[in-house]
Amino acid sequence: MTAIALKLTDVNKSFGAAHIIRGVNLEIRKGERHAIIGPNGAGKSTLFNLISGRFGLSSGTIELHGKPINGLPAYEINRLGLSRSFQVTNLFHRMTVIENLRCALLWSMGYRYSFWHLVPRQKRLNEEAERLLEKIRLTARRDVPASLLSYAEQRALEIGATIAGGADVILLDEPTAGMSATETEQAVELIREVTEDKTLVMVEHDMSVVFGLADRVSVLVYGQILATDTPEGIRNNRAVQEAYLGTTEAA
Amino acid sequence: MKQQFVNNAASSVPRVRFGSWGGYLPWIIAIIVVAVLPLILKSSHSVSMLSQMGIAIVFALSYNMLLGQGGMLSFGHAVYFGLGGFFAIHALNMVGDGRLSIPLELIPLVGALGGLLFAIPFGWVSTKRSGTSFAMISLGLGELVAASSLMFTGFFGGEGGISGNRVTDITLLPYSYGPAIEVYYLIAAWAVISAALMYLLTQTPLGRMANAVRDNPERAEFVGYNPRLVRFFQFSLAGLFAGVAGGLYAISYELLTAENLGAVASGTVLLATFIGGVGYFFGPILGAMLITYLQTTLSTFSEAWILYFGLIFVFIVMFAPQGLAGIIMLHRPAWKAGLMSRLLPSYALAVIPVLLFLGGVVALIEMGYHFRTNYDPSEPMGLFGMKVVVTQVMPWIVAVAVTLVGAVLCRLSFRRINAAWADVDAILAGEKR
Ligand SMILES: Nc1ncnc2c1ncn2[C@@H]1O[C@H](COP(=O)(O)OP(=O)(O)OP(=O)(O)O)[C@@H](O)[C@H]1O
Ligand SMILES: [Mg+2]
Repeated sequence: MTAIALKLTDVNKSFGAAHIIRGVNLEIRKGERHAIIGPNGAGKSTLFNLISGRFGLSSGTIELHGKPINGLPAYEINRLGLSRSFQVTNLFHRMTVIENLRCALLWSMGYRYSFWHLVPRQKRLNEEAERLLEKIRLTARRDVPASLLSYAEQRALEIGATIAGGADVILLDEPTAGMSATETEQAVELIREVTEDKTLVMVEHDMSVVFGLADRVSVLVYGQILATDTPEGIRNNRAVQEAYLGTTEAA
Repeated sequence: MKQQFVNNAASSVPRVRFGSWGGYLPWIIAIIVVAVLPLILKSSHSVSMLSQMGIAIVFALSYNMLLGQGGMLSFGHAVYFGLGGFFAIHALNMVGDGRLSIPLELIPLVGALGGLLFAIPFGWVSTKRSGTSFAMISLGLGELVAASSLMFTGFFGGEGGISGNRVTDITLLPYSYGPAIEVYYLIAAWAVISAALMYLLTQTPLGRMANAVRDNPERAEFVGYNPRLVRFFQFSLAGLFAGVAGGLYAISYELLTAENLGAVASGTVLLATFIGGVGYFFGPILGAMLITYLQTTLSTFSEAWILYFGLIFVFIVMFAPQGLAGIIMLHRPAWKAGLMSRLLPSYALAVIPVLLFLGGVVALIEMGYHFRTNYDPSEPMGLFGMKVVVTQVMPWIVAVAVTLVGAVLCRLSFRRINAAWADVDAILAGEKR
């Protein structure tokens, strides 16, 4: 039996009268790459928002490595080793690429709210930031404000900022959406590289990405998990084909 | 192609090498200027203006820790300046009575303590939210303290305030600090130290995260930081430095009144900081110097100085939201590329039109002021070295004509400036040489 990194039990979320997440049960195994697919508006991003503490649950529990995390503020969940990216790029837009990465590193490197360390003098911090910069292939854009980056570059920085803190559970929300074929290829390569030995949960619409990257796939339709299986199993699942895959493949 | 250029431009940005002498150069220059200025501007008016500038600089820099660095728009920052000042003046009086023994040079630390002491609880309340709520709470707290200052007359001295005497005979250095010039150097030393410390704070994890929380508090949470605590620590430290400025004020003026912590003082530091430019560390320094100059010098020439002050503010908000510092930094790429020679001629051409226009506007404002406020409007008034009778029509016609001619010439000369800039931009973009 493999260890469970993330466990959702009877998770529900309503926005007013709209019942968006309707009794989700999901187990993410430690070290696996897990994709969540589903039609627009199914609640995939909402699910991420619940797991990462951006929204509170209406009911249910979420456990990270066996420890309940629902009700904790987002920054505490992050400190427990869960980090996420956003579907809509969400960076420190006036700060440069390298500053974005440094800020994403600070907490995990133990600086807390220090006003007695000088950032430029912190050798390990700066080396780590430069290393990340190289990893996400933005070295040439080091000192450019995040808001001036191209879309694909912003997505890469988004991934860099997400993995910077060394979290072992990573949630990526549509990391390749809106990218060209080559950009997608590079992004997949990057994701594969940076999530080595980590647990990855990603929302993804691009089926080639999903089937190429994921160990297991869950299908979310109208706030419920329709099936969780290997990519092969999902492809051959009747119910999924009817509810979702069939329509996209026909389209 | 476009992409190519952007990449090149980015990689040609030199990496800042910290610890190299280049980083210290602006500070060394600043220290020399601060030390030499009173030897050039010797009059007692100038020395007192310079002292006032030093205080205003510390105050404005502390304000920018909130507005520019932390994205917190405070309408009540004078609270910490004023309370720091009151703590300092009480400390001065206690030293004078022999109840306390603090050398005068260290009195600003008492101010710092006073500012910090109140910034902690008030900061805790107001940093819970950012944006509009923060601004409203700061306004409310400012009013609260201003109102209390009239109730607790023992501490605040009621209408008359609390006065003191800075010559306490307890000093570290062999100066009495009676003469204004000695006070100037004390203020200058504190201003340089405070500015350096506030600069270093921008380089700390807290300073960086303050920027991050300003840009995107939500993302800050997802890199492990509680945005409220970041704001809170930043706010507390800003209160501390405002208290230093208040302590210096107490030493310089030997009088603190409720006005020092009121809404007008809070508004003034906001305007000074904004005019100087919130996006650059040195912006508030420029703003504080300009405002102090206007307050001390213009106010002796013109009763309408607050109006000019307001006009400058509106102009900056509308045309140069990055402030004076932003205008200066706009020229940096051209300067580095050696292209200033292409801009300066067009600027020189604009000098006379601008002076004409401003002269016309000033004449109209001053004449209007004289007409409305003088007991006998027909009494001649001095204007640009001329005697003018504002009840006659001629001066008005001349003033309006000068303004209009100036405006037209301004338009023409600004076209030249725009053309010069288009030229420079094209060269910088590599589309032209
Ligand atoms: N904060 C909110 N308040 C109210 N309704 C919300 C909120 N967030 C999401 N919703 C609703 O919940 C539903 C699911 O949204 P969600 O963003 O989770 O879908 P998704 O599966 O991520 O879709 P997409 O593939 O388009 O990203 C939508 O109908 C949306 O309108
Ligand atoms: Mg979504």
